[in-house]
Amino acid sequence: MRIVAEHLNYTYNPSSPFAAHALKDVSIVIEEGEFFGIIGHTGSGKSTFVQHLNGLLRLPSSMKKYKPKKPKKGESLPPAPLLKVGEFDLADKKTDFRALRRRVGMVFQYPEYQLFAETVQEDVAFGLKNFSDEKLTEDKIANAVRAALEIVGLSYDEVKDASPFELSGGQKRRVAIAGVIVTRPEVLVLDEPAAGLDPLGKKEIMELLHRLHGDWCKTVVIVSHDMDEIAENCSRVAVFSEGEVKYCMPPAELFRHAEELIALGLDVPLTAKLCLALERRGIRLDCDFTTEDFIRKTLVAVGEKDA
Amino acid sequence: MLKDVSFGQFYPAESFAHRLDPRLKILFLIAFITATFLAKNFYGLVLCAAVLVLAVLFSGIPVGKVVRSVKGVLFLVIFTALLNVFFYQGATVYWSWWILRITKEGLLFSAFLALRLALLVMCSSLLTYTTTPVALTDGIESLLTPLKWIRFPVHELALIMSIALRFIPILIDETERIMNAQKARGADFETGGLVKRVRAVVPVLIPLLLSAFRRAEELGDAMDARCYMGSKNRTKYKKLRFGWRDLVAFLTGAALVTGVVLLRVFVGATI
Repeated sequence: MRIVAEHLNYTYNPSSPFAAHALKDVSIVIEEGEFFGIIGHTGSGKSTFVQHLNGLLRLPSSMKKYKPKKPKKGESLPPAPLLKVGEFDLADKKTDFRALRRRVGMVFQYPEYQLFAETVQEDVAFGLKNFSDEKLTEDKIANAVRAALEIVGLSYDEVKDASPFELSGGQKRRVAIAGVIVTRPEVLVLDEPAAGLDPLGKKEIMELLHRLHGDWCKTVVIVSHDMDEIAENCSRVAVFSEGEVKYCMPPAELFRHAEELIALGLDVPLTAKLCLALERRGIRLDCDFTTEDFIRKTLVAVGEKDA
Repeated sequence: MLKDVSFGQFYPAESFAHRLDPRLKILFLIAFITATFLAKNFYGLVLCAAVLVLAVLFSGIPVGKVVRSVKGVLFLVIFTALLNVFFYQGATVYWSWWILRITKEGLLFSAFLALRLALLVMCSSLLTYTTTPVALTDGIESLLTPLKWIRFPVHELALIMSIALRFIPILIDETERIMNAQKARGADFETGGLVKRVRAVVPVLIPLLLSAFRRAEELGDAMDARCYMGSKNRTKYKKLRFGWRDLVAFLTGAALVTGVVLLRVFVGATI
């Protein structure tokens, strides 16, 4: 499903002293099949944006009470916000948000805190049962849960009857992710999927996302603070700052703007920092900021011809 | 959604009322409540209303917001007023049927009660609008100090209150986050009968309880780590001090109570 967003605006607590303008005229297109990254500070609007993608936050025009504004004389209205996810038009009141949510899975930050059921099997099956229109047979449920647990790297037979609260932190997170992907959503959105994990756990989560990307979920959108993660994995990246999209391009281009990103108060991947340091000494590397490419180009630069 | 609930929420502004000592504001509220109950005629209540209008003007809070604070107890106000309209025993009967009757005195008394309730609620919300929760608990702790003589744990009580107040927005946030996460997994909180809706709450309630316990434990550990031992020998970061503003507010409160008592004595009860 292709995602098209144009002129999105969002304000928390409108008309109160706590009003916060979280999105300002945000326009982004995410193509089907992308591994799309979103980076930005806390409060930059990135979470607000992704919550629009499955209708947890709504455009004003999709609300029941919405009445279109009439322009005053001599005044032109700002362009109407538009959000399309595949064939779903999220600006429309008639959109079936349940059907949308079945096809756009969302993994929140620290998803292990939403586990609630007595057994892993029951927790993973929660979304499956909610989204199916007819009653599913036990077999069907067991098969779907088995597939979801196996792809996140857990053994179905070992964990299915365990309480989700007895598992280790990393296992809990996998169970929570399994609970979202069990419905085989076409788009998978993850908010900081690796937050709070140790380096090995982070690596495993990224490997898991690569396993999912493609066959299981066509499009993956991740929100992250970790620039190395973004540089290594994403096909394109959007940079949010104060509710606006500052950049939207492949990481290989984006991290050439390392100095501007640092000025925005954002980190850049280690490879970009090294490139910057080398450049100051007069060595220009034209790399795409993945570790592999960086090493290859560096070796070429220092003269190892056969690298 | 949930965040839009503004029950008793602090409204940040720079104003005369915001700078008052919280203890004085609490005392002023008590004086105001006493005055509304001492008032036996409309003159007394009008005097209270006039003082409240003055207080609102000096608080920098939009008048509409103060008036809307009555909405929360609107049902109670209407219910008591209706009861009195139909059951108050008066002399001038306008309409009667079975045990119900509407009298002139009943109508006046209902209006009187409704006005009194509305004034009470508006003045109480004015206190929470102009005082941060921290200042409020500081004020209560200070006012309850005499109870320490009978070994009442005043400091601990104040601490419990401030922790509870501090955690309300956090838990509301948390609830919203969990609800969103479960909605993303197809949970439906808006449709269905009573049983279905109650069952839909379980996937929210369990994670919420777990997180509340986790937070409580973490907070306890953090307090332990900083050697928190209760009230003994603790000093305050912000010392409460009375100033000229507090004197003005004190005199206003005293004048209000005196005025209402005088009206009660000299005009007498009209209701």
